[in-house]
Amino acid sequence: MRAIRQILAVTWLNLRNLPRRLGTSVVAVVGVAAVVLVFAAVLSMAKGFEKTMVAAGSDDTAIIMRKGSTSELNSGLSNDQVLIIANAPGVFKDGNVPVMSAELYVVVDVKKKSNDGDANVPFRGIQPGAFAVRKDVTIADGRMFEEGKNEIIVGLAAQREFAGLATGSTIHFGQTEWSVVGSFDAGGSVSESELWTDVRVLQNSYRRGNSFQSVRVKLQSKESITELEAALETDPRIDPDVMTEKEYYSSQAAPLSQFIKVIGYPLTVLMAIGAIFGALNSMYSSVSVRGKEIATLRALGFGPIAILFSTIIESTLLALTGGLIGGGLAFLVFNGFQVSTLNSASFSQVVFDFAVTGDLLVDGLSVALIIGVVGGLFPAVRAARLPVAQALREL
Amino acid sequence: MKYFRLVWKNAWRKKIRTSLTVLSVFVAFLLFALLSAIGQAFEGGADVADADRLVVIDKVSLINSLPMSYLDRIAAVDGVQSVTHSSWFGGYYQDPRNQFAQFPVDPSSFMAMYPEYKIPREQLDAWAKDRTGAIVGQELATQYGWKIGDQIPMQATIWTKADGGRTWEFKLDGIFSTDDPRGSAAMMLFQYDYFDEARAFGKGTAGWYILRVKPDADPIQVARTIDAQFANSPSETKTSTEAAFAQSFTKQFGNIALIVSLILGAVFFTLLLVSGNTMSQSVRERISELAVLKTLGFDDRTVLGIVLSESILIMMVGGMLGLGVGWIAVQGLAKELASFLPGLFLSPAAMMLAVAFMVGAGILAGIFPALKAMRLSIVDALARA
Repeated sequence: MRAIRQILAVTWLNLRNLPRRLGTSVVAVVGVAAVVLVFAAVLSMAKGFEKTMVAAGSDDTAIIMRKGSTSELNSGLSNDQVLIIANAPGVFKDGNVPVMSAELYVVVDVKKKSNDGDANVPFRGIQPGAFAVRKDVTIADGRMFEEGKNEIIVGLAAQREFAGLATGSTIHFGQTEWSVVGSFDAGGSVSESELWTDVRVLQNSYRRGNSFQSVRVKLQSKESITELEAALETDPRIDPDVMTEKEYYSSQAAPLSQFIKVIGYPLTVLMAIGAIFGALNSMYSSVSVRGKEIATLRALGFGPIAILFSTIIESTLLALTGGLIGGGLAFLVFNGFQVSTLNSASFSQVVFDFAVTGDLLVDGLSVALIIGVVGGLFPAVRAARLPVAQALREL
Repeated sequence: MKYFRLVWKNAWRKKIRTSLTVLSVFVAFLLFALLSAIGQAFEGGADVADADRLVVIDKVSLINSLPMSYLDRIAAVDGVQSVTHSSWFGGYYQDPRNQFAQFPVDPSSFMAMYPEYKIPREQLDAWAKDRTGAIVGQELATQYGWKIGDQIPMQATIWTKADGGRTWEFKLDGIFSTDDPRGSAAMMLFQYDYFDEARAFGKGTAGWYILRVKPDADPIQVARTIDAQFANSPSETKTSTEAAFAQSFTKQFGNIALIVSLILGAVFFTLLLVSGNTMSQSVRERISELAVLKTLGFDDRTVLGIVLSESILIMMVGGMLGLGVGWIAVQGLAKELASFLPGLFLSPAAMMLAVAFMVGAGILAGIFPALKAMRLSIVDALARA
């Protein structure tokens, strides 16, 4: 009990004379803030990207592609195969009609607003069932395209990110002219990076005959995926890969988020080491400035433990302050910041927001805590072992 | 230089503090080295591009292929010296994670178009005669332990064979490398003839064409002529220089690379700030010593020089160590990540920049305390002590 009272007293004393050591303390705080800021910013990119991809996938929608395709772009299915899939067991039926959408996925060049560069924007031909097989997709503005016409609707994120896609405008892809008749909201998911049109129209203008690339079907329940898979695997007329939409989008997200993490984590570790040196420096100088003070306290009867802990607590508080500043800045500056990049898995653009999530901030503060404790430990040991008589003689 | 010993002794006066400062400068420059290598990997494509090479792709999108008949029509355009073609195969080796670039090409015209890819003559000849043969870059051969004569089965993600199979077997006939340290040869090349005959669809097309313009021809004019020739056809083209083509990919990755470099630039400067502050602090503590130096007859300018040299010295020691370790790390990572992030390279320009930063940061950190030391009035300083 007495030890704790002593620790508190000495810590309080230290904190009150912090202004005397303002320079080094501020530098230590800034160092930690920078580490946490970068940690949160870089990883919020991975988080935001994952969120966008995962938000798109649901458990009770299955996506069927040709076996071995790594993405919709390199899959291919014939009209006959689509019919087999639509009537397979496990597919949810509205009355007698299977809830499904057979789709075609191509990539078109559209200019990015930010740098005027060409971007591979996904252009998807859909069937009316597309809205039913996806979660929360609604027309935000304008109207739905009419079947058989060269009309497109544009995801909200694509509309913000790419040039020439405002509702009411027309855009050329090759020799074909398309009217943008509306935009759609897909809850921030990857579908919002896409342009949609009637699949029949897209097949014609891209000379794809009567072929498709993927089929999405609504499942009767989450468990029906095994039933559907079994039925399609054994059908000799078709050689499919069956997975839930959620699995598909997670696999699409993996390479890029992996890439960001492979770069992000080692960077954080390196920077944290740099910040530990900064914190060590500041605490060593704090201890050396307070040499006489510490010796006086010891002479008055404060124990070495109190000195030790008070120094560690001081450094930890400084680091946590830095962590809060860095995390707060990351949240203010980066959270919700919209970017788009080429997802190599699908060779097309994905528009997403940085997401500085709560658990990222907690991780960031943990990094700050480690920097604080490690940075305070060695100086604290030195402070606690200061020879009292010698330090007082220097007075 | 005759004061080097004095500067060195001064710098190590407080061993722990100086070591910690050197270490944080070390980390800053290690980061700098790694980041500029990553930046180079993202944007370096444009640097290795050959200004006399043009790339012809489908105007709507790179994923659409162009008819093979275009080959002769492009070759006939005024100012075109030679032309070849390539396509995207997009397969993987054993596991979908083992992805690298594979291109079906015409061996002799393709290798003539890219003189930077070096391959022993006899290996090239063997490949040109072997319909199902392939050659791979040195990086890939090392990564997967392939030797000449090995059979390499590739799984197709796009191109099924006419017989419905998805496994394409290639015999390794040669291994090539690139002599440009910025370039990467992490790719596999195999014969177009075999590819086109065996694939189930898309026969008679190529992904894109690459052409070399004659030395006296204007590349822009040649590009315009080619695009005009195919205007209003079902497959319109977009012709650009290889550099512009590479840049268009960098732009596709977009602001991400920029954002990352901005964030990291901020960190780099923060680390320098941290070390700079420590340095000025250590000078402040030594005011009385500096006054003694002046009393002994050192003039103002020498005192300024001594303090400034100390600050630059600390930056250089930490910085050069960081840059050196960074350089070694980049060499290692470039091998390790050859197929994941090709083109990792620490350019001489980046290293020069780093050294300039070391000197600059050393001056910035030392100049204010040094000026203070120079203007020091001996009486005041000694009195304060």
